[in-house]
Amino acid sequence: MSEADQALDGRTTVTTTSALSQQLTTGIAIKPRTLLGDAWRRFRRHRLAMFGVATLLFFGLSVSLGPLIYQGYLLRQLEQEGMPISNPHPDLRALVDHLDFLSLMTPPNSIHLLGTDDLGRDLLARCMYGGRVSLAVGFVAMIIAISLGTFVGAVAGFFGGSIDQILMRITDLFLSLPVIPFILLTVYLFRDPVILAMGSPETGIFMIVVTVIGCLAWMQTARIVRASFLSLKEKEFVEAATALGVGTWAIMFRHILPNAMGPIIVAATLEVGSAIITESTLSFLGVGFPPDTPTWGRLVTDGSQYLQAAPWLALFPGALIFLAVLSINFLGDGLRDALDPRSRL
Amino acid sequence: MTQYILRRVLIAIPTLLVISFVIFAVLAMAPGDPLAQFALNPAIPESTRQLIRTQFGLDQPWPIRYVKWLTSLSRGDWGFSFSTKSPVIDIVWQRMPQTLQVVGLAYLIAVCLAIPIGILSAVTQYSIFDNIATFFSFVGFSVPSFFTGILCILLFAVNLKWFPIVYSTTLEVNSLATFGQQVRQMFLPVLVLVVQQTAALTRFMRSSMLDNLSLDYVRTARAKGLSDRVVVVRHVLANSLIPVITLIALGIPTIFAGAIITENLFRVNGLGALLITSINNSDTPVVMALTFIFSILTIIFNLIADIMYGVLDPRVRYG
Repeated sequence: MSEADQALDGRTTVTTTSALSQQLTTGIAIKPRTLLGDAWRRFRRHRLAMFGVATLLFFGLSVSLGPLIYQGYLLRQLEQEGMPISNPHPDLRALVDHLDFLSLMTPPNSIHLLGTDDLGRDLLARCMYGGRVSLAVGFVAMIIAISLGTFVGAVAGFFGGSIDQILMRITDLFLSLPVIPFILLTVYLFRDPVILAMGSPETGIFMIVVTVIGCLAWMQTARIVRASFLSLKEKEFVEAATALGVGTWAIMFRHILPNAMGPIIVAATLEVGSAIITESTLSFLGVGFPPDTPTWGRLVTDGSQYLQAAPWLALFPGALIFLAVLSINFLGDGLRDALDPRSRL
Repeated sequence: MTQYILRRVLIAIPTLLVISFVIFAVLAMAPGDPLAQFALNPAIPESTRQLIRTQFGLDQPWPIRYVKWLTSLSRGDWGFSFSTKSPVIDIVWQRMPQTLQVVGLAYLIAVCLAIPIGILSAVTQYSIFDNIATFFSFVGFSVPSFFTGILCILLFAVNLKWFPIVYSTTLEVNSLATFGQQVRQMFLPVLVLVVQQTAALTRFMRSSMLDNLSLDYVRTARAKGLSDRVVVVRHVLANSLIPVITLIALGIPTIFAGAIITENLFRVNGLGALLITSINNSDTPVVMALTFIFSILTIIFNLIADIMYGVLDPRVRYG
């Protein structure tokens, strides 16, 4: 079917539904249109955003449930090959570290679906594990950045005056920090004590990477939230809430904040993507997770040493980073259109 | 106007001071001994290490060291590198040209590409061209630049063998042949930076054009019979460029940060590569100087963006 036919098809369905809804209007009751329902309708029409949602769902399932299926498969294959795992109850971590000396740097095949690295470790298992780490870094860093930004922006916008002045000066200051050099520096300098405090290198690096990325990415959110609070605090519903005796913090976070949520959600989505990129860049520069923790960025970096002999080692994890971030950006774009139909960027 | 610029500059100075203080404090309070490299060397006894420590002034509390660093900086003295023992400023000057060449050229190309693509995209909104441009700009800022670099190496250097993988910094340009060599070795690092920067700038240019295209003055211009070209170039473009030019100024510090990645990938020995090696060597004076230089760049270009916005847009009040 050509694209024009498809477009025509789409249009006919639209007319039938609207005819249907007209029929319903003449009837007794129709489902009320809600703000979120409208947003969802606009969002669904954004094809790239729907593609993003689908990809992200697929990634989420692959890293959470995928290993359960793949584990059994890989174990059987390894047994047949003659390199069984000695561990009686192997988990994903055991598979990630399992060295299959019978297949070193093999291209994707029926035993190792995405091939193996120079030590015979299974690339798909490593990508699944790495996906858990990378997506978790993106998500937690986003939570930190958005909470900080929302809090600073809300306080600055709501209270105004000298509090606003001070907070905005601090925001400007953070905006003038050179982000990548500063992240490199802090992670490098503070990673040993944090690892000591946390007990394991993986949790330690996770904590410090996430905190540093989060603490250097809240400024845009703070500005957006401050701007919406400045205008929203003058609205009648705030006056009404004040008259009813609602407390200051409840007014800020229960009454004003939900009205400023749209741009915050968009900023939050995009922040997940940029945090994933920042983490992979840190891994690339050698300041990220310890060498035995496979994150996507780490896998690309390790694989880039074998570009000629085994290009898949760098290409697969790199494609995963790219697809994940691309989907997140599409999702953010769709959300922006859906939540604020006037904006265009 | 002069007052506005003066006030902006006066705000920038304390910001710089605070940032230098923060970076210094982070470096000073971090655990880890900058002289750890000597600790492993059995030829240097504890007493000598103590002597070096006093010589570098490392036995004093860090606020005092900060004040000393600042006063010598005001005389133009950036201190000495721990690892090469030469003045920091000399090392920086030595590395600067490589970075500026690559970064400057990349940014110039990115701007020259992004502005026309953004204009065309906006004028023909939702056309095939616009959709392709939008798709590529999304791709451009969704790929981490080190991965773009790896892809470029794989394609152009490993498979096609068009360009060298490693940037040779000993190359002297003194003939047409060496000039050609220089162009070829700069191609890949520049390309990676161009992809990243063009993507973002195209988006900004497009949305700025779209914001203006729907305004009343555009309809007026069309109504009085101006041709499409004149409307777009003389009226819409002139107005849309104002925010974009400030963004171009704001983007310059980020492209220096991008250079950290490309320089490490292609072994260009510029400032970015220097930062990474100094961090790994715990060479505090060099790290301090470089981070501070990156901050100065950020603040200067913020300032330039602010001032340009004021100059270009008469609606901005110098309140």
